[in-house]
Amino acid sequence: QAIVWDEYLTGPFGLIAQYSLLKEHEVEKMFTLKPGRLPPADVKNIIFFVRPKLELMDIITDNVVREDRGRSPQRDFHILFVPRRSLLCEQWLKEQGVLGSFIHREQYSLDLIPFDGDLLSMESESAFKECYLESDQTSLYHAAKGLMTLQALYGTIPQIFGKGDCARHVANMMIRMKREFPGSQNSIFPVFDTLLLLDRNVDLLTPLATQLTYEGLIDEIYGIQNTYVKLPPEKFAPKKQGEGGKDLPTEPKKLQLNSAEELYAEIRDKNFNAVGSVLSKKAKIISAAFEERHHAKTVGEIKQFVSQLPHMQAARSSLANHTSIAELIKDITTSEDFFDNLTVEQEFMSGIDTDKVNNYIEDCIAQKHPLIKILRLVCLQSVCNSGLKQKVLDHYKREILQTYGYEHILTLNNLEKAGLLKPQTGGRNNYPTIRKTLRLWMDDVNEQNPNDISYVYSGYAPLSVRLAQLLARPGWRSIEEVLKMLPGPHFEERQQLPTGLQKKRQHGENRVTLVFFLGGVTYAEIAALRFLSQMEDGGTEYIIATTKLINGTTWIKSLMEKLEPAPF
Amino acid sequence: MSRVRADEEEYWHSSKFRAFTFDDEDDELSQLKESKRTVNSLRDIVDDDDDDLERVSWSGEPVGSISWSIKETASGSTSSLDGRDSSLQKGSSSYAALPKQGSSYSLSSLFKGRNKLSSFQSLSDALSDTGVKSYAPELRRPRAEYKDYSSDWSPKDTVRRMQRGKVCSLERFRSLQDKLVLLDEAVAGHDGNVITAVLIFLKRTLRREILFRELEVRQVALCHLIHFLREMGEQKFLLDLLRFLDRTEEVALSQYREHLNIQDVEKRREFLKGCIGLPFSAEDTSHIQDHYTLLERQIIIEANDRHLEMAGQSELFRKYPRKASILNMPLVTTLFYSCFYHYTEAEGMFSSPTNLKKTFKIPDKQYVLTALAARAKLRAWGDVDALLTTKNWLGYTKKKAPIGFHRVVEILQRNNAPVQVLQEYVRLVEDVDTRLNLATKYKCHDVVIETYRDLKDRIQLTAYKDKVERGSAEEEKIHSILSN
Repeated sequence: QAIVWDEYLTGPFGLIAQYSLLKEHEVEKMFTLKPGRLPPADVKNIIFFVRPKLELMDIITDNVVREDRGRSPQRDFHILFVPRRSLLCEQWLKEQGVLGSFIHREQYSLDLIPFDGDLLSMESESAFKECYLESDQTSLYHAAKGLMTLQALYGTIPQIFGKGDCARHVANMMIRMKREFPGSQNSIFPVFDTLLLLDRNVDLLTPLATQLTYEGLIDEIYGIQNTYVKLPPEKFAPKKQGEGGKDLPTEPKKLQLNSAEELYAEIRDKNFNAVGSVLSKKAKIISAAFEERHHAKTVGEIKQFVSQLPHMQAARSSLANHTSIAELIKDITTSEDFFDNLTVEQEFMSGIDTDKVNNYIEDCIAQKHPLIKILRLVCLQSVCNSGLKQKVLDHYKREILQTYGYEHILTLNNLEKAGLLKPQTGGRNNYPTIRKTLRLWMDDVNEQNPNDISYVYSGYAPLSVRLAQLLARPGWRSIEEVLKMLPGPHFEERQQLPTGLQKKRQHGENRVTLVFFLGGVTYAEIAALRFLSQMEDGGTEYIIATTKLINGTTWIKSLMEKLEPAPF
Repeated sequence: MSRVRADEEEYWHSSKFRAFTFDDEDDELSQLKESKRTVNSLRDIVDDDDDDLERVSWSGEPVGSISWSIKETASGSTSSLDGRDSSLQKGSSSYAALPKQGSSYSLSSLFKGRNKLSSFQSLSDALSDTGVKSYAPELRRPRAEYKDYSSDWSPKDTVRRMQRGKVCSLERFRSLQDKLVLLDEAVAGHDGNVITAVLIFLKRTLRREILFRELEVRQVALCHLIHFLREMGEQKFLLDLLRFLDRTEEVALSQYREHLNIQDVEKRREFLKGCIGLPFSAEDTSHIQDHYTLLERQIIIEANDRHLEMAGQSELFRKYPRKASILNMPLVTTLFYSCFYHYTEAEGMFSSPTNLKKTFKIPDKQYVLTALAARAKLRAWGDVDALLTTKNWLGYTKKKAPIGFHRVVEILQRNNAPVQVLQEYVRLVEDVDTRLNLATKYKCHDVVIETYRDLKDRIQLTAYKDKVERGSAEEEKIHSILSN
């Protein structure tokens, strides 16, 4: 059999199954899905692994239509939808007249994919758009299902907190599912004490700001996909002697980033300004370790040195990689434009001049900077001002449409619907109250040895994480007023546990909270939660789940109207 | 409500059981009841369909009719409430689709809620017992036969099956009432896939007006249908729906979106023209109008310029061949193009920059910026000078830059303007630090020297001597200033 892959899926699938495993299951060939005739392969069965997307259905249709009927042996087609079978897609295939060509139409339920020891994602890129633009709650249904699976494995979570409409929906669905399948009551000792469900639209601000942690910046600049990042190759050229004349590699360098790499685990969540010193310290330690060989005199000593060598080699190449990445990033963070952009962001977040047309944004439009950058800034200003004055909004809109094209009126409309860009209603700006009460802006930020989560944005403490922090201590009752200003209800539910499973907490034992971000989470927010987990007197450890790992760019992109017509 | 239900459940299991024993209060019984309950709840999962025979209750009403369902409600068991309820009904009918059974159900459950185990109940048990005995064998057979068909799932079960990715025929939901119950169930399940499937079915089997009317009060389903229509490209249906709902702005935007699918520019222009009258918000209307006007202009300009270019008569087009057509480009790009190729044209020409500026009310700042970039690219320094020169009413000329002279310098520098040109504008930068900065960066020595002179900064001036060429006029100048 052969598998035809929707390219997007290969990333997430790569995290759970290697090619060798598929081979063991008699997968002989793998192709990526593209229009035209399928490549020849001496196989009986062709299986399409696809997301339920209409544009993909068109490609499949094309593949099937062009299949040579005369060939023998004739090939059988099957389709496997990930994560869900879609009747909409089947209807589409039916209208194209190819539905009958598929012998099997099945689904592969893939709800939550583990990305790291403390991170799960559904990798559903359009979840935010579906929930807030199209009122399609399917991804919430999957989130609830994923949570049920999680509870089946790790025990019923006794406490559920939530903020936002989507959070409310997910909690309702969980309670309903539990009622409908009474058999799901399990006897596993609960790992999680609390589940916190948070809507992305409760905190629209955070993803718009530029992340300033190491991992966050890698994502902002190069984009991390399914834990992999592709980097420009120049800095990774082999520096061995005798190869000087060789051409520089042209293929992008692909690296996997996760906590299995010791060094990366240490620096990923640091503010970028604190990464350099760690790297240089490490460099000293490693070179000292290599120096050891000169002191190794006896056979035993040499043997011991040699046995450590593989580990040292790995550490050295890891260090080399991250030094190169840090250099790449530094080139950008030290650029004038990065600085100007950041200055404006920080002004907005600390509440300066949010109510008038910003010069820098105007300049960027005039110089035709990428549209997404403009939209991020304008949306940020709007969110930090509880909506823009009509005059200011109209001005930005006009400038954007004239410079980037009138068709973007559709995108602007989407942003308005999602609440990211809006006119101020009632002339009230709630943001200053929210900022002050939740201490979202910290003037004295310590990037090297942080004492507060605000280090992840060099001053701004992500609202979402502040909510999580305040929930743990002293509790949401203390911020009732601000919660009311944020969209959607806040609530608390309890799930009864059989008496035998109720936890008797040891003194000093940490509580474990699962925070589920509905609509996406950024790496900087993850870093902030990890920081809270590691705080000595924190008392709470966090596990993070989300519909999608996002940054401002990917997020805004998901809300933009697709302007190019489909490839055919 | 749930207590009543639990009681009923108990009743049904016990009654079935007792149908074989006739015993009343037995201790073992309660244990058996327990296991029976388990078995019965299993039936929920195992297929249990029954025939299509019309079931008639004791009173002669077909089961499922309105009066029957009223009785049902009265007895405290609404069929739509919970899956267990409906499975119970099914359990009952599959065991004995008997008039007696049906009626005893509702009757006894009436009592059940109040006093436990009345004598009445055992009477009905006895009655149902005979039924089971004589009919059950025949009824079980069809159940096996129909196993693969989904002929009698309740709306709830249907939705649940579909959520598990199983195919269900929805055809059996014939009445409007049934269809709406099905839809509400689907919506309650939150699974968009199922909601969409039900909507496809409703769309096919209901009249538009009815569908629209019912969806108006079902916002979630409505959103799904709109999304579905948009994805499937059923534009006409979508517009009808939005119009029905009076969502005029959405109608307008949705219709406007269509222009993206039109490749032919003439057709696209015609289409945009049709969009102007649509009920957009006031602000958007003017944008749409501009969009149309822009494309109209572009078509004219494109036709002209292609002709010019092909003819090879114009030096400008020969020297700087066009990289792409101007069609469908944004306004500012069009303005740049016009400043590049048609700068000197009279305002009456469609392709002239001043005409564009006027037609689209392009702000001064934007205009100067674009024109500057275009003329600098052509190294037409004279035009640059003219662009930044204003005359006041006395006839005096003055240099003015709405974008600030530092920006002018940046743009000129990017286009490799010679130092003589550059320094003229560097000199006009108001902020002293910025001026010094730019002047040093772009080696406009005169400006640096003059600025230090005005600041009376001897130290800096002396230091700057090292930066200019030995024996140059600049060095001379520094010397003369320092010695004064």
